[in-house]
Amino acid sequence: MAQITLIEAVTQALAYEIRRDPSVIVLGEDVGVNGGVFRATAGLHALFGSDRILDTPLDETTIAGLAVGMAFQGMRPVAEAQFDGFIYPMIDHIACHATRMRNRTRGRVTCPMVLRAPWGGGIRAPEHHSEAPEAMFAHLPGLRVVIPSSPSRAYGLLLAAIRDPDPVIFFEPKRIYRQYKEEVPDDGEALPLDVCFVIRDGSDVTLVTWGAHVKESLEAADKLAAEGISVEVIDVATIKPLDFDTIHESVKKTGRCVIVHEAARTCGVGAEIAAQLAEKAMFDLLAPVERVTGYDVPMPLFRLEMKYLPSTEKIVAAARNTLRYR
Amino acid sequence: MNTPSPVATFQIEYVQYLDADGKPTRKDLPEFAQDGAQLVDLYQRMSFLRVFDAKAVALQRTGKLGTYASCLGHEAAHVGIGAAMRPEDVFCPMYREYGVQFYRGVKPRDVLMYWGGDERGSDFDGPQHDLPWCVPIATQCLHAAGAALAFKLRKEPRVAVSVVGDGGSSKTDFYGAINSAGAYALPYIGVIVNNQWAISVPRSAQTGALTLAQKGIAGGIDCIQADGNDIIAVVAVMQAAIAKARAGNGGCVVELVTYRLADHTTADDARRYREEDEVKSAWLREPLLRLRRYLESRQLWSEQLETDWKAQCGLEVDTEVNAYLETKPQPVEAMFDYLFAELPHDLREQRAQALRWENR
Repeated sequence: MAQITLIEAVTQALAYEIRRDPSVIVLGEDVGVNGGVFRATAGLHALFGSDRILDTPLDETTIAGLAVGMAFQGMRPVAEAQFDGFIYPMIDHIACHATRMRNRTRGRVTCPMVLRAPWGGGIRAPEHHSEAPEAMFAHLPGLRVVIPSSPSRAYGLLLAAIRDPDPVIFFEPKRIYRQYKEEVPDDGEALPLDVCFVIRDGSDVTLVTWGAHVKESLEAADKLAAEGISVEVIDVATIKPLDFDTIHESVKKTGRCVIVHEAARTCGVGAEIAAQLAEKAMFDLLAPVERVTGYDVPMPLFRLEMKYLPSTEKIVAAARNTLRYR
Repeated sequence: MNTPSPVATFQIEYVQYLDADGKPTRKDLPEFAQDGAQLVDLYQRMSFLRVFDAKAVALQRTGKLGTYASCLGHEAAHVGIGAAMRPEDVFCPMYREYGVQFYRGVKPRDVLMYWGGDERGSDFDGPQHDLPWCVPIATQCLHAAGAALAFKLRKEPRVAVSVVGDGGSSKTDFYGAINSAGAYALPYIGVIVNNQWAISVPRSAQTGALTLAQKGIAGGIDCIQADGNDIIAVVAVMQAAIAKARAGNGGCVVELVTYRLADHTTADDARRYREEDEVKSAWLREPLLRLRRYLESRQLWSEQLETDWKAQCGLEVDTEVNAYLETKPQPVEAMFDYLFAELPHDLREQRAQALRWENR
């Protein structure tokens, strides 16, 4: 079986669903003959043609509005925002309509759509190409927000997102699009959209993260292991609805929690996780919760971006801070 | 320098059959308008709409309805759009097109429920694929274009119709819709009900364009302007645009020129920003009077029929109002139970909390 990258897993999932369900339509800028600027839809136009893989006029509002309108009429559009930083004009249609229509009409009209976008920094890209806006979407009622961190989870979670009867935002960590390959059977097996994945067992500290920073979190766990510190790493994967129980179970065991995300700190998803720890896990905690995040500044241009992003070193330091409490 | 030569020329046509006095302005009346029964039916629907609208405003003034957006003055535009559509077509309204919706089977009680603060109003009777009222301006245009794209991809002979006002035609969503309609040759009709006022901002302040219809040129689709107070013109242009779109020959921008005789909503007071004289003169051009005069000239309507019909409308509206007033509010858990197909685990806790407060 072929080994594939995260972005190839996205393509594989799209192709599987397009074949399986005639109502699935892919639309976006440059997704057609060109196969997407990151190649997420490479080869799909040749396989499925212009009735399934639609290039759109160059307007993000149009992409979002068309996708929402198609979904209201029973199609399953998978729309692409070419970059995370271009997603803001789309929020009107997501916040005002996609997330509300089922509720607004008491179940009469629904919106089974997926909005995909390459997400996050670290690829030396121009401005507006490196954003992490997951908290903005997680704050909207009526929406699922998903960020995979491996080829197999990208495949299984994207299948689940497309099959979900309600709208899903699917952020793809572009920094690890091609970081490594793994075997991903094209078996159509979806993963659940409401669980966190424990990707490394440990007993001293829990690292909670998502997206590309799974990489640095695992590296930090290795470094700490060399010092005899046992680190559990959780890939949140589905940001909303948040599987707090899995995080809580881990913290019951470790008593320490470090949350790592590249988005700005204030009102980031880490704040929600920390708040739930304070509400439900206070007596399980041995140390204050630590957050390793981006700063509350715009993502800098790329000469400084690695200084903005959480690094392995910063994660190790935060974990050590929690270990000062015994 | 060489003399520039035109690379493309455009013309915007205007359609009117009846003038403000109900006198035909042209001899070639469309086929449906030669049938007296059809014209009487249109008149009765417009008249019913006006009775309903007055009642809704009265309900708001007496505290029995929330903010309400009146359709006074728009009756020909709204009923005419409804008459030209088929049930399988999709209608994407803004928030005052009750005349279209009644034609399609939405009940007055549904409208009252919506403005009365109850989501069940948007779970209305009529075509289940029609969209509910859309408060954010012009976003429904792209939803209609998306519906039209779905029809085209599924090869269904259906048409999507959206309505915006003159103000709504300034929005990026409106331009996105007509641009996509041109790019994909969609069966999409973007109707602009130009009632001259976007709350307090007049039509002249929205755009420098001579007509709003001409915006269709930018999208590469047909465009036409009609007298939106003349229902014969409205039905004629809508029927033609819809037939062309249904046949796979592309969409159209239809500008219906009318006048908002009421305040923007019951929360507005138009006396703050527009002259009494302008409204008075607009009343001389309003849509019901001219059709009534025309019907009377053809011996299709009379004072007696008018009195009888108004009384019947009053009774029907009362029945609907009573049905609305007698409907009990939804249980508290309703705010959770329709958000997702299946309630996610994080909301179960909040739903239970809401129920605990309710049952204290």
